Amino acid sequence: MSEKHPPQHAGGEPAGRAQQPTPAAEETAALVSVDTAGGAMEPSAVPATAQSGQLPGGPDTLLRKIFTGSGMVSVLAVLLALIIGGLLIASTDKQVATTATYLFARPTDFLAAVWNAATRSYIALFQGSVFNPRGNGVAAQFAPFMETLTIATPLITAGLGVALAFRAGLFNIGAQGQIIVAGILAAWVGFALDLPMGLHLLLVLVAGIIGGAFWGGLVGVLKARTGAHEVILTIMFNYIALYFLRYLLNTPAFQRPGESNPISPILDPTAVYPQIFGSQYRLHLGFLLAIAATVLVWWLLNRSTVGFEFRAVGANPKAAQTAGINVSRSTILVMALAGGLAGMSGVAQVAGTEKVLTDGVAATYGFDAITVALLGRSTPWGTFAAGLLFGAFRAGAVQMQIQTGTPIDIVLVVQSLIVLFIAAPPLVRAIFGLNPRRRKPARPAKSREAATTGGAA
Amino acid sequence: MSTTVSSSRPGNPQPGNAGKDAAAATVSAKPVGWKTPVFLAAFALIALVFFGLLAPNQTASFGISTGSDFFQLPAIQVNAFAGGLVLSILLLGLAAYAIYLKTRGKPAPGWLTVAFIVLFVAAFLIWVVGGARTPSISLAGLIAGSVTLAVPLVFGSLSGVLCERVGVVNIAIEGQLLGGAFTAAIVASMTQNPFIGLLAAAVAGAAVSMVLALFSIKYLVNQIIVGVVLNVLVSGVTGFLFSTVMQANKAQFNSPPGLDIIEIPVLSSIPVIGPILFRQSLVGYLMYIAVLVVWVGLFKTRWGLRVRAVGEHPQAADTLGINVNATRFWNVTLGGAVAGIGGSFFTLVAIDSFTKEISGGRGFIALAALIFGRWNPIGAFFAALLFGFADNLQSIVTIIGTPVPSQFMAMLPYLVTVLAVAGLVGKSRGPAASGIPYVKG
Repeated sequence: MSEKHPPQHAGGEPAGRAQQPTPAAEETAALVSVDTAGGAMEPSAVPATAQSGQLPGGPDTLLRKIFTGSGMVSVLAVLLALIIGGLLIASTDKQVATTATYLFARPTDFLAAVWNAATRSYIALFQGSVFNPRGNGVAAQFAPFMETLTIATPLITAGLGVALAFRAGLFNIGAQGQIIVAGILAAWVGFALDLPMGLHLLLVLVAGIIGGAFWGGLVGVLKARTGAHEVILTIMFNYIALYFLRYLLNTPAFQRPGESNPISPILDPTAVYPQIFGSQYRLHLGFLLAIAATVLVWWLLNRSTVGFEFRAVGANPKAAQTAGINVSRSTILVMALAGGLAGMSGVAQVAGTEKVLTDGVAATYGFDAITVALLGRSTPWGTFAAGLLFGAFRAGAVQMQIQTGTPIDIVLVVQSLIVLFIAAPPLVRAIFGLNPRRRKPARPAKSREAATTGGAA
Repeated sequence: MSTTVSSSRPGNPQPGNAGKDAAAATVSAKPVGWKTPVFLAAFALIALVFFGLLAPNQTASFGISTGSDFFQLPAIQVNAFAGGLVLSILLLGLAAYAIYLKTRGKPAPGWLTVAFIVLFVAAFLIWVVGGARTPSISLAGLIAGSVTLAVPLVFGSLSGVLCERVGVVNIAIEGQLLGGAFTAAIVASMTQNPFIGLLAAAVAGAAVSMVLALFSIKYLVNQIIVGVVLNVLVSGVTGFLFSTVMQANKAQFNSPPGLDIIEIPVLSSIPVIGPILFRQSLVGYLMYIAVLVVWVGLFKTRWGLRVRAVGEHPQAADTLGINVNATRFWNVTLGGAVAGIGGSFFTLVAIDSFTKEISGGRGFIALAALIFGRWNPIGAFFAALLFGFADNLQSIVTIIGTPVPSQFMAMLPYLVTVLAVAGLVGKSRGPAASGIPYVKG
């Protein structure tokens, strides 16, 4: 019990300096309530940490376990997900169904059909995302790869936003809404204002980042001031942003002159990202900015004071607060930064890929960003690589659907399976028979991982 | 005791009493703050200005009888200006009472908040209808439609209640609803029997839940991550099978026989209440039963006590010999089955076939209803009704043509939820151990 109180006061005083005692105390209560899992648990009776549990939105050793699990498990998880996806494809294949009728007479036919169905789709996926040998000339052969990079761009930046929030112990499910708000502002600046080359694009970018940062920061403020859970807030904010966008697209200000379709005017040529490799590819400057953002986030997390505070708060908000870190400020700041990064995705969409604003501006990039961040284990470069992988899936899936008729949805299945498997290394090891002899992996594995990740965080 | 020292500061939280207060008082677990009265006053003022003073001087008409009723009641005619004014003054009165109570150091009672919400919704309704091109709606139809739209929400939020009360956060409600809807459609089509479809939906929902339970309880993966990913997985699998299996042979795989509306004679002809309570599909009746069973189960039985103990303080429950993880696993599974039944509503009652993403984010609204209803089955039921009401009103206002854009009506449930979780309408707080995996020892 006596352990409980110093942090309470330590947090209460700085917060209360500018305010009346009561709100300050309420704020402290909100902070404390996070530490005590919402305040319902008597903090004195059993320290939350002694329950060997994780606090909602608080430090999460298992979360870190996902982020820092061995590379081998990641590879196996991807492999396993692809196998299951392949089986799903094969299960609906006609050839497989035909050969299954005489399975016991000639099982080889059946197995060959299964193999063919799965590999045909995956080959199409590869050709649609990396290299198409049937292309006309080198340029056309590498066109799919350029498409992959184009689609990866918003995934990377939004994924970075989610990853950054993860590192501070926050679940940012709201990239979708942040992309939308950023898209609204960026698109409006892009088609409504008349500005010279360069300045216009810069303003579009800034408007988008501010839009995303505002939408994300709002969640941070609500979370910091009221203790509301950011998962619920971000989910709700996604819908609010979507309906607001739909409303705007129904007003003349966001429609093309003389039309009433819910689609904005095309952005001015001065407001769009230049295409990097000429007009034959859709790849635009946004990709280079995504690389820059990755470097920036890496620097922020690993080299800056603010980043250290984020990680400290993510590792243990109570300890961070005791150490004099302003947890509320960190929460607001990290959500705003995450929103800003997601905002870059919104800009990449309206100023790079689409060049107009529709209600599908965010597509499913915001939700995919969560899986991207999880697959990338919330490290900047991991997220970058995961963004490329999922970008390849997305780009290739279109080609796969055209060539083999395999629906695009298979990508969702494979993506989510990858994340599920990566999140549960013991399961993957068990499936591949890699588990050490001991039967109960949960406990020892946990402490071992915690020990290794302690230094990393 | 250091608690007594710190609690002498006004407004300081008293951790020792927080838990008990939450159980007893519905409004605030914290000592009385200014938040609730101030927000009530602010909303009352909004009502006064917009719904009262700025209201159009037009008569809004609310029909309360349908043709099939026993006796016909005349439609209620309300002058929008006068009605808005009267209601907003009542709202101001409630807010003033809350402020008075605050000055006496007492929290606003639960009925006050509920009454405030009801009056506010009424004032809003009069304002919306009064400003419409055709200022007349059928109140009976509006309410009956709201209940219908709320059915999957209620099942979804009950699933959330069952999971969160036992300490597992269930973000996968959306996936459970979608899985239930898909399975109900395909099984009912193949067997040509909607009841088997209903059963299969429950099994599918339970299966989704079992994955959630397995990953979060055995592999200790963060529950929110599993939930989010499961939603994507179910969406992918159902979308894939829809595009391949169902599209290829619609007659065989995607034309489920529906569950008919069962009318209870005589009772169903009572105005307003009749259609809501006695003119429902099997799923609709199951909804009422489920709400009652879950409520009685959670709060009046030994099972419920154990469940809540596991959700609030797993270590204490473990000490008393309750198998924490087994309790969690089976409760989460049960929750999934409940949500699965809710999902079957989409394909067996509302629409006669499955389409991609048929649940359309209602799982998340159910999640919101759960929070708004404060993790209580009855509360979640009424919250879901409120959201169903907003959903139904949205489609009605587009028909009668009101000044409020329908997108804002659609936005309302989410805005309300943000206000609710932000503690502006009283502090909402879940079971203490929700989201925390339990590792023995």
